Amino acid sequence: MITLGSRKIDFAAGQEIDPRAIVRVSTDYHRPLPLRAREAFLVRGDDAPAGFASYLVLPNGRCPDNVAAQRRVHLPPEFEYLDDGDVVRLVPERGEIRTLYRRSSPHNSFLLTERCNNYCLMCSQPPRDVNDGWIVDEILATIPLIDPDTGEIGFTGGEPTLLGGRFFELVQACKSYLPRTALHILTNGRTFSDDAFARTLGSLQHHDLMLGIPIYADLPHVHDYIVQADGAFDETIRGILNLKRHGVRVEVRVVLHKQTVTRLPALAAFLARNLLFVDHVALMGLEMMGFTRANLDALWIDPDDYRSELTEAIGILDRARMRVSLYNAQLCLTDQRIWRFAKRSISDWKQEYMPECEGCIMKGDCGGFFASAKHRYSDRISPIAA
Amino acid sequence: MAKFLALAEYEKPMAAGGYRPLPYRFMPLSGDRYVLTNLVGEFVITERQSLRVFADGQLSYQDELYSELKSKHFLIDGDSDVALDLLAIKVRTKLSPLANFTGLHIFVVTLRCEHSCPYCQVSRANDDRREFDMTRETALRSLDLVFRSPSPAIKIEFQGGESLLNLDLVEFIIEEAKRRNEHEQRDLAFVLATNLAVLDDRVLALAARHQVLISTSLDGPADLHNKNRPRPGGDSHARAIAGIHRARMALGRDQVGALMTTTAASLSRVRDIIDEYITQDFDGIFLRPLSPYGFAVKTKSYAAYNETKWLDFYFEGLDYIIDLNLGGFPFVEHYAAMILQKMLTPFQPGYVDLMSPAGIGIGAVVYNYDGDVYASDEARMLAEMGDTRFRIGNVHANTYEEIFLGDALLDPLEQSFAASVPMCSWCAFEPWCGSDPVFHHATQGDFVGKKPLSAFCGRNMMIFKGLLQRLNDRPQVREVFERWANIR
Repeated sequence: MITLGSRKIDFAAGQEIDPRAIVRVSTDYHRPLPLRAREAFLVRGDDAPAGFASYLVLPNGRCPDNVAAQRRVHLPPEFEYLDDGDVVRLVPERGEIRTLYRRSSPHNSFLLTERCNNYCLMCSQPPRDVNDGWIVDEILATIPLIDPDTGEIGFTGGEPTLLGGRFFELVQACKSYLPRTALHILTNGRTFSDDAFARTLGSLQHHDLMLGIPIYADLPHVHDYIVQADGAFDETIRGILNLKRHGVRVEVRVVLHKQTVTRLPALAAFLARNLLFVDHVALMGLEMMGFTRANLDALWIDPDDYRSELTEAIGILDRARMRVSLYNAQLCLTDQRIWRFAKRSISDWKQEYMPECEGCIMKGDCGGFFASAKHRYSDRISPIAA
Repeated sequence: MAKFLALAEYEKPMAAGGYRPLPYRFMPLSGDRYVLTNLVGEFVITERQSLRVFADGQLSYQDELYSELKSKHFLIDGDSDVALDLLAIKVRTKLSPLANFTGLHIFVVTLRCEHSCPYCQVSRANDDRREFDMTRETALRSLDLVFRSPSPAIKIEFQGGESLLNLDLVEFIIEEAKRRNEHEQRDLAFVLATNLAVLDDRVLALAARHQVLISTSLDGPADLHNKNRPRPGGDSHARAIAGIHRARMALGRDQVGALMTTTAASLSRVRDIIDEYITQDFDGIFLRPLSPYGFAVKTKSYAAYNETKWLDFYFEGLDYIIDLNLGGFPFVEHYAAMILQKMLTPFQPGYVDLMSPAGIGIGAVVYNYDGDVYASDEARMLAEMGDTRFRIGNVHANTYEEIFLGDALLDPLEQSFAASVPMCSWCAFEPWCGSDPVFHHATQGDFVGKKPLSAFCGRNMMIFKGLLQRLNDRPQVREVFERWANIR
């Protein structure tokens, strides 16, 4: 687990840093002068070139005397991971630093809004009905700073499409500034039940776009219960149909918990029969974040207890030639015949293993745990021996 | 934190009012069991009493059957109506190949053959007379018609007689079709149906140059094959096997396919036949019934065994193949695979005999050596017996519109459409079946036929039931069948 943000940063008095600066981090001693003026230099050693807008000083770093104290920001050790090309937000008045983008990470994701029209039992990012339109401006400022060789970035929420027209602005910015970067968007798809909305997204012709959309059951009312929104199933299905009609790629996402596993094979058969044209199906272990902890009794089931449903469901999807992946699963709780579908997908900054994993020969291939799993995980974890 | 609502809150629309059944049909299976099918061939198996409760509108939303019926689009209720959108898409998917119109174009390049198979429907003894060869003029006129088809994919299949005996014309047609296709830009493919007995390097070079698929005959092990397929020297099997190997070496393993024909002598030998296909490294077999056309009828081959015997043969073979798969050796029975595709997937196989509307003319069409156009391969076999009912025109005498929009084709298509035919229209198996007006005309004298007397109907009903029973009884078999259903 790594720390992406802190509000305990000691900014020197009389700051010369912009009140809400989004800056690219540099370690380059030969950075052209015009660029230094809007970037932050990462001080690890005992010198630093002149002319940067600010200096991020790590514990072992020593800023030369000629750098004004008002441009220095002293960072705690948990920010040692920062490196050249990363992008951070600095808010001196709140003592805040937040890492927005890490060039070395395959898991850069941007929260577009905290608002949502679903209220999922297991939401890891509980929605808040707040006016957070400023986030869009911040992301629009960040996108041009991102390394264009980045493989993929993600948009998440809340429900990103609630931004309306500004949602398209963000997709367009990714297309324009990151022409080689895949864009993955987590959405509940409901907004796309408006065909015009789906058509507009399709017409942007993003070069590598995938929408991750949840379907939690083959039965509408069960899905609606899980997302706590009456009528959501119908809107989501119509949204997917509209998106595919307009050439937008769709990934169906299913979170595995007590409310979804019983009918998992039926859901797989439903997807294979009705939505065979979606581009990917992702089955995902439960993350112990947000609402999940409040609803733990309704949600928790030991993965060992849904082994057979999971194997059957993956088999149905695979035999129908759908692309299937299993995320956030521990191999020791999963039938070996479906190991080939398991991916290590937990964002690097929150992936961990448990003490019981000690000595397991499959650890390097195993998805492991969300850092949050410490709240609840299977008591049947056991190391796989050679 | 806001309050979360209980599942029961979301069940209220179902608890409040009844459900509306979507179109469905049912059929008894063995014992008390019934199968229900919906508009697109999805199915549910249940007990008679449960079916009755559902049909009476009395099924509780809390019943497990209710969930299954709702999930598979047999009903809608106050909770959701997106089923209608999905069902509409599935109907459209099933019928969408119709819009492409004719994709398979069969050229009978000669009737001459050096084999003298008693079951053969169409060939003429080999002689030097060229009156049974297609001419270049006929080939060119036929190609005009081929490219009038709107289909984005065009497959040209060469048949005989023995097609290799008129290789010059095969080469001429391939080159001319490719020349035209530079402008047409269709997905163009060629199939050469041959017994491989007269295969030579020139054929292989031609096939390699144009990615021609080879389709040959293999009736089983040597003794059975040679008995079924006599030729001078009695070496049909040896030549076929040698030809298969040469063709694979030159063209690629999967460029060579084989078909078997069932005769009375085959009936006790289904395992031997399957073993022969395994020995020859094929991935599957098509266990075919004998068709009631051509010499097959004249020589009493067709009457030599009845449907029951063939069904025993079929299911013995099918179960043997299923066991091979359960033991870990993947091998496909292709007739079952096509039906399973209809049962288990949104798609519709392009097999002419199992299409409704029928595949005649609009799925496949035959350009005979003499320029006559037939609605299907079976139709020209029927014509060789003197019944030219399915001769839909002549490439020299008729236009594309006259041939493909004329009554000779449209009448049998319309009349035999299974969804509107007595007994088919209320049959639960209709979504999986075909209409085959040629068979019914040949056996009963009209395009529809009386289904209780129809061997086509009887055979397929038994196969549908047999597949359902195997699929329902053993989960492992269901997995095998799901694999077969998704071979595309």
